[in-house]
Parts: sequence; structure tokens; C-alpha cells
Amino acid sequence: MMVRIFLTFVFFCMASVIPLVTQADITSYEFEEPEMAQRFVGLTTVLRCPKCQNQNLADSDSIIAKDLRTQIQTLINSGNTDQQITEFMVQRYGDFILYDPPFNKSTMVLWLTPIGMILIGLFALWFFGRKAQPQSAMLTPDEQQQLNQLLADNKLQDRD
Amino acid sequence: MSTATKRLLMILPMLMAFGLGLFLYQGIGQDPNKMESSLIGKPLPEFSSETLMSATTIVTRKDMLGQPALVNVWATWCPTCRAEHEFLLSIAAQENVRIFGVNYHDQRAAAQQWLTDLGNPYVFSVFDPQGDLGIDLGVVGAPETYLIDADGIVIDKVTGELNERTWVELRTQYLSLLKDVK
Repeated sequence: MMVRIFLTFVFFCMASVIPLVTQADITSYEFEEPEMAQRFVGLTTVLRCPKCQNQNLADSDSIIAKDLRTQIQTLINSGNTDQQITEFMVQRYGDFILYDPPFNKSTMVLWLTPIGMILIGLFALWFFGRKAQPQSAMLTPDEQQQLNQLLADNKLQDRD
Repeated sequence: MSTATKRLLMILPMLMAFGLGLFLYQGIGQDPNKMESSLIGKPLPEFSSETLMSATTIVTRKDMLGQPALVNVWATWCPTCRAEHEFLLSIAAQENVRIFGVNYHDQRAAAQQWLTDLGNPYVFSVFDPQGDLGIDLGVVGAPETYLIDADGIVIDKVTGELNERTWVELRTQYLSLLKDVK
């Protein structure tokens, strides 16, 4: 019984998410060449909608996303490169508009934390790993003497 | 390993977790919509547009210069704009703040009617039905208010409602700009 309730619950959760996955209509933008339409899809996917935090320009129906899609269409049709268009957007909306943020002062923590974590992990491995090695091979004077004795005995036996 | 080092090593993960906690804690309560405008410190973009009141009057960036001023992005479809309208009227009347409007993605008739009904705090409003000036300003949504100096350099920006609380931050800068001009 519990399992059935649980599965129903999961089903409803998933069903409520599915409509959100659909995209805003981006097929209605016209371009002179099919290659330009490809670039349009590419750009609107990697540029973030400034209003909606976690949707790209292709995905959002907000006024600003529509404006920016039209702007990108115009910029592509008038011969701008992808890089020029990205710069145009960053100039106005800052790095926020990029889903792939560049390395700078404010994103330093974001980029460096994983590397730092790996370094800490490696250090810990090394630090604790070296303890696991056999205890120091240094012998006390007593032990050394014992060893010498044994070796000497052994030699004598070999000679026999 | 000495007891002291051992103890230190035991505390270390706790310290790291605490540090992470502090780092995440300072993010709580921060408004994710509040973003630093990339326009701050840069000149107001060039434009040449009709005013809201008259399709034959063309205004440009130059018409906003000469004194420190506010540039307020507004629209009749924006409830927060209605909420702040009273406040804009009051600072325009009582503190003599020069306010320019950018009428953003709006219908001309509706916007004119709004100013007739509610009062007009603006020296003039730029008519921007396609949001072209909006894009150049980096507008995300109305209302947004920019503080510019006499030369048209953007000094600061308030995203969302301008009210007693948000005006305080701008006001100090506005007054010091005013002093510089005189």
C-alpha cells in the first residue's frame, strides 16, 4: 500500500515537471541562411535570460528574453560573429548572461574550490598514506647486536 | 604522531565545514535578482527617440545632461511602477530631483493617460515601445532607476521599487554630485 502511494506521488511530481521542459517558440525567427539559424539556436542556448535566473534565452518567455532573441536575430542577419554578439550582451548585462562564466575576481571561488578540494584530498592521502608504511627500519643497539649474531651464525652454518 | 597534531587533524574537518557554512550563510538573504549593473561608471548610451508626449519631438542623450538626474524605467503594465509613482512625484516636487522617464514596452495612449491620472514627475519620458533603449541600458525589467551625473556617467542603479529605503542609498550620492556641480 505504502509503495503504491509513494509511486503515485512520484508520478505526480514528474508529471508536474514535464510541461516546464518545453521550449519557448524559437522556430519563428527567420534567417537568410540555414547556418545562421543554427548559430541562433546555439547562442540562445548558451546565453542566460537576465530576468529569470535559471533559464536560457531560448527557453524563456519573458519580455526581455524575447527582446534579446530579436536583437540576436538582427545582429546575426547584419553579419556579426558569435563573439561580437556575446560581447554585445556582456557589455550590457555583465557576465551573468553567460552560462559558462569566465575566470575573474568574482568567479574565482567557483573555479578554484574544486581544484583546492582535490589538492586537500591528495595531501590527506599522502599524509595518512605515509603513516601506513612499515615502522622505521632503525634497530636498537641490542637488536643490531642480535642481528649480527644471527648473521654470523648463519655464515658459520653455510661454511659447514 | 603527537597527540597535539592528532587533535588538530580531528578539528580540521570541523573547521572546514564551519568555513563552508559561513560562506554559504552570507549568501542567505541576498537577493539573487540584485545584480551589479555593468553600466555603472560608464556613460549613458546614445539614443535618439520620440518622447512619450509627442511623436514629433526627438530627444537624445544630450537632453539628459547638465545636472545629476535619475533615469527611471517604467511602464503602465508594471505594478511596482505604480507603487513607486507617488514617491517619484514627491522627490521631484520636494527635493527638486530631475527625473527622466523611459517608457518601456508600453502603449503610448495608456502611458499618457497614466501620467494625466497620477501626475507626471518626469522632465520628459523617452518612448521606447520595442525596448531598444532598454537593451542598451541593460534593463532586465521595469522599474529600474539609474543615477547619472551631470556628464551622463551612470553612478548607481536601483533595481525594483524606488522608495524611502532604496532612495537613501542613492540620495547621498545624488547630493554629493549636486555639490560637485555647484
